[in-house]
Amino acid sequence: MNAPNKSGWKPEMQVAEDGFLGGPATTTGNRALMLEEPLLFEIGRADVTGVDLPPVDPAAASRLGGLARSEAIGLVGLTEPETVRHYTRLSRQNYGIDLGFFPLGSCTMKHNPRLNEKMARLPGFADIHPLAPQNAVQGALEVISQLGEWLCKLTGMPAVAMSPKAGAHGELCGILAIRAAHEARGDAREVVLVPESAHGTNPATAAFANYRVEDIPATPEGRVDVAALKARLGPDVAAVMITNPNTCGLFEKDFREIADAVHAAGGYVYCDGANFNAIVGKVRPGDLGVDAMHINLHKTFSTPHGGGGPGSGPVVLSEALAPFAPLPFVRKDDAGGFYLVEEENREERGPSFGRMTAFHGQMGMFTRALTYILSHGADGLKQVAEDAVLNANYILRSMEDILHAPFGASGPCMHEALFGDKDFTNGLSTLDVAKGLIDEGYHPMTVYFPLVVHGAMLVEPTETESKAAIDQFITAFRGVVTRALAGDEALKAAPYYSPRRRLDETAAARKPKLAYEG
Amino acid sequence: MRYLPLTDTDRQAMLATIGASNIDDLFVDVPEVARLDGPIHGLPMHASEMAVERHMKALAAKNLVAGEVPFFLGAGAYRHHVPASVDTIIQRGEFLTAYTPYQPEIAQGTLQVLFEFQTQVARLYGCAVANASLYDGSTACWEAVAMATRVTRRKRAVLSGALHPHYAQVVKTMAHFTGDTIADALPAITAEPDLDGLIARIDADTACVVVQYPDILGRISDLTPVAEAAHAKGALLVVVNTEPVALGAIKSPGEMGADIVVGEGQSLGVGLQFGGPYLGLFAVRDPKHVRQMPGRLCGETTDAEGKRGFVLTLSTREQHIRREKATSNICTNSGLCALAFSVHMTLLGERGLRELAAENHRLACLAADRLAKVPGVEVLNTAFFNEFTLMLGGKPARQIVRDLADRGVLGGVSLGRLYPGVEALEHALLVAVTETTTEDDIERLACELEASIKETV
Repeated sequence: MNAPNKSGWKPEMQVAEDGFLGGPATTTGNRALMLEEPLLFEIGRADVTGVDLPPVDPAAASRLGGLARSEAIGLVGLTEPETVRHYTRLSRQNYGIDLGFFPLGSCTMKHNPRLNEKMARLPGFADIHPLAPQNAVQGALEVISQLGEWLCKLTGMPAVAMSPKAGAHGELCGILAIRAAHEARGDAREVVLVPESAHGTNPATAAFANYRVEDIPATPEGRVDVAALKARLGPDVAAVMITNPNTCGLFEKDFREIADAVHAAGGYVYCDGANFNAIVGKVRPGDLGVDAMHINLHKTFSTPHGGGGPGSGPVVLSEALAPFAPLPFVRKDDAGGFYLVEEENREERGPSFGRMTAFHGQMGMFTRALTYILSHGADGLKQVAEDAVLNANYILRSMEDILHAPFGASGPCMHEALFGDKDFTNGLSTLDVAKGLIDEGYHPMTVYFPLVVHGAMLVEPTETESKAAIDQFITAFRGVVTRALAGDEALKAAPYYSPRRRLDETAAARKPKLAYEG
Repeated sequence: MRYLPLTDTDRQAMLATIGASNIDDLFVDVPEVARLDGPIHGLPMHASEMAVERHMKALAAKNLVAGEVPFFLGAGAYRHHVPASVDTIIQRGEFLTAYTPYQPEIAQGTLQVLFEFQTQVARLYGCAVANASLYDGSTACWEAVAMATRVTRRKRAVLSGALHPHYAQVVKTMAHFTGDTIADALPAITAEPDLDGLIARIDADTACVVVQYPDILGRISDLTPVAEAAHAKGALLVVVNTEPVALGAIKSPGEMGADIVVGEGQSLGVGLQFGGPYLGLFAVRDPKHVRQMPGRLCGETTDAEGKRGFVLTLSTREQHIRREKATSNICTNSGLCALAFSVHMTLLGERGLRELAAENHRLACLAADRLAKVPGVEVLNTAFFNEFTLMLGGKPARQIVRDLADRGVLGGVSLGRLYPGVEALEHALLVAVTETTTEDDIERLACELEASIKETV
């Protein structure tokens, strides 16, 4: 490929402030195995294809009703070897959990077992149509049923809606079920209470369901302010949305008391179950008084994040909300078979609030999650929670002598350890620590979230890291924090060794360039 | 526990560092009432890789695999051949196991892919800007309606009767809760879609008109008059596409004046997967609408050394910044499915997509002509791409579909399943043909359909 190098590389010696960076510039901009890769549109050609198909016959019969495309679409193609190389080169500019430790708090990056991938690709799951006659897809319906049964038992809840396509979609499902339940009893309520430490999706979801959102403050200990919450309850409050364990990494120990108060006031309790991985097999949210909770299958049950998705967000529901679950859902028949309740089974749909997505949910994620669950079993899942919590507390206690841990005195953390940058001076910040960690070979922790802590650093190790891996991370993390505390100016320009240095996000937003225009 | 690296010795050493005597000291904040001491009743213990594989394979074996029988199902999910290299690439750990690219310095792979993906989708749809994907076509359809209500400050959406009924149900479900008004209709069972009837329903309160192209009965027609009528009343035209391969053969929605184009990207790279995960596509024709778009966007910028690079951008529209004022509560995209789509599109290129589309259409024409010869069968459409509707002369399509499955042919989707209770559609069968369909498959369907019709009362 004789592609023009439009990457902006300048042929001059590059020397980092803190030392040796890599010698003289190269002609190509590449550095041995670190290869620059042009855009697809700079290397592809309109008349090249990597798929052998019959050429278009201009004389062929056409029933296109005069709508045949006359103009070029503007796409380009590559042959198979060029395609494989383009994407392989791009892949090498990515950090993934397969490469190393990924301590993202509240995002839960754990090992993705390859058996899950293998099972999801069995033609019996991957190559079946969502509208196939139901007698032809009994095994697929059974997968949905089995996974649903596990989710109900693990959460201590009587029902589950499987169709939501991601965590935030699951939130929407739970909130719509709550809205439908209130409507069914003629009780119009307008307000949803959301603690300020909640995920940003919580208020967005409530607003999307046409609720007015009101914030509930956090206590200095990093938990929901129970007194403030109780004081706000009333006949206009439809629901409270609480994340447990919360985004400060703490268990909401007053959850049951909150739930009882909400129920007494005629409201429902939505639990954001994004952090269920810390308590699976140890705590059943149903025992805490939850009415609806979504479960991010990619977080707790290891389906891959894939650079941002797809997710999957089944929602467990209490007796009160179960009748309002969205279509479609799977039921067992008397003969041991399975069937879908969709619009055609009108008599069985009950007061369902309707349909959230075209088909049955993220089947490919269900097979992966079920495979993971069966591999661990009830005993293994409990061990998952225990090891995740152990690893997080180990990091918390190994760092708190040099890094401010705002809730370190609030008791043990759950799945994640939270730190802040209030001891940094000389203009250094959490961002500089994060970028410094990149040079050490780590993906940074979650930064600037939750908002209740200044310069938050949220570290979640998960259960799939060994003690040796965590000790190595602690050494690297302490090293960068020590430099930050000492006011090491070089950190302000980190990272030095990544495929790109600090990127200008302000310029990107000011003059958005969202498609290739060449 | 093959996925858990801590040993008991490690655990003891770590507890000692923490200053805890046992693991339950770390769960002290969990109230007594909610603590589980023993294993959960009724769930099995952990199992070996071999045992799990055996269990899952037994479940998979209970399904009739599409690729093993003559297969004609569509209605929003299509079976296409996916080149082997697509799956090889998406299984690379650096793509498969990466997170959302919030740290762009070490996520340029994902980000460049998204930038290229956005460009491909925008061009395919004839639009200026596409986002980095949504959950699926049906949820993207609702997001388009929600966006149109924000842009026009009106609350009424007019849905074409020939919009996929599941998509229409998703829109109606959401609108019930947001207070928006949805005007929908049943499809006119005519050779050409009733665009005049649709245009007549547009009024001064209409935020948008939603039209599917090709529509749920497989029909295609020029949407320019609908765009003009919508614009004349200050409304937006939303065009929904469930089969992106079609756009290799027919005019793009943007070319016909669509303001928002959404669709399902599953056909390219993703596979059937019993309905998910799929790939929601979303694009706008006018770049000034970009700040009202839902979902993630990847943009080009430069790094500290002046090199070109990519970042997620315009996040001030999104939930993590704007909370309850966000354009959508979506906080993800279908990253891996977008990668699969993009790789497949790269392998095809302009030439390959046109050839693929032509081959789909050629086989569909063959099938329509052959099936029209089956006694009692009439092809409804005059114009179509790779999907068309058969009228079965009063025979119940749902029963015929089940009967065909028993005969080893997955013969199509009965429109009665999609429109329960609508008598006029009980006798209509939607048949999709792709490049994976052989001429033998078509002959087999024709013969079994003829036999099935004869035997069905």
